Amino acid sequence: MPSALINVPARAKRGDVIEIKTLMSHIMETGYRHTASGENVPRDILTSFSCRYNGVEIFRADLFPAIAANPFISFYTVASQSGKFEFEWIGDKGFSETASASITVE
Amino acid sequence: MRTVGGIVIAALLISASVVLATEIPLPERRSGFSFMGSATQAMQNDDTSNPGMLWVLDGETLWNSKAGAASKACADCHNDARSSMKGVAAHYPAFDNSLGRPVNLEQRINRCRTTHQQATPLAYESKELLALTAFVARQSVGMPVMTEADPRLGPFVDKGRELYMQRQGQLNLGCTNCHDDNWDKRLAGSPITQGHPTGYPLYRLEWQSLGSLQRRLRACITGIRAQPYIYGAPELVELELYLMSRARGMPIETPGVRP
Repeated sequence: MPSALINVPARAKRGDVIEIKTLMSHIMETGYRHTASGENVPRDILTSFSCRYNGVEIFRADLFPAIAANPFISFYTVASQSGKFEFEWIGDKGFSETASASITVE
Repeated sequence: MRTVGGIVIAALLISASVVLATEIPLPERRSGFSFMGSATQAMQNDDTSNPGMLWVLDGETLWNSKAGAASKACADCHNDARSSMKGVAAHYPAFDNSLGRPVNLEQRINRCRTTHQQATPLAYESKELLALTAFVARQSVGMPVMTEADPRLGPFVDKGRELYMQRQGQLNLGCTNCHDDNWDKRLAGSPITQGHPTGYPLYRLEWQSLGSLQRRLRACITGIRAQPYIYGAPELVELELYLMSRARGMPIETPGVRP
């Protein structure tokens, strides 16, 4: 049961620089570890994260095995208009999760 | 005269070493939080960056989902955890009437599962048990630890204290030798801390996961090269109980973040 925590300010003034914070639950298994019996633990990581603001992509990141479990990603954008932020995480083993948050810009 | 002086000094040294193994005075008690760097503190304080909140979120889902042959959810009896579970974790481990001994929060949840939900108990350190425990304990955040208020717990606190003071393992150390006598020093570059369990279950960056107080205790016992007790062992519960009684009055931080 993957779960995500999103923090987007509910309201902002037009032109404000706002911080967006996201936390996604994921084990981020590197693929470099072995079990006690010597078998390789297959890689299972998030590979991509993106954020769209009213349909326009404003942030994208590629993720790699060295990133810790439960990746926390935060970034800034300019509040230009009211609407919706859509977040998407894609990873190994067909992992795909989405989340969204709304903002009112005055 | 010189020998008399030597004897006096030796006697002073002996009494000094006895005095060392004492409890930390109340005004000097500090949560492990205060030993951390500002970045890790900020991580715990912000509910979006604290990874423990992911377990709290999952715990809320589990609280409301039906389980077992009785097809009951926790919420069917206890309703809204925000009011019914407020302050509960501050009293654990608590005395269980039917068992005649203290149980910790994980054991209480599992007893509820087996008796009222007629479900299989959740495994220690499983994602589900940690999530439910974190969700329940979260409802007491900021409230003072009240464990030991129940007089029936007295003998068990004493047993826990005895274990805490007991030297054991190949390194021949007791908990007290680090956490009472040397908490202002460092071990391999890391602060030793006073060992107040106010943030459990907590997210350790080293574990990359949430973990229970018993996991932490077992790691410490392995560290002094002693044989760790199995999860749920009465000895571990008594040790938990003593640690909580030692932290009475300190605020609950669940879910804490530690390095």
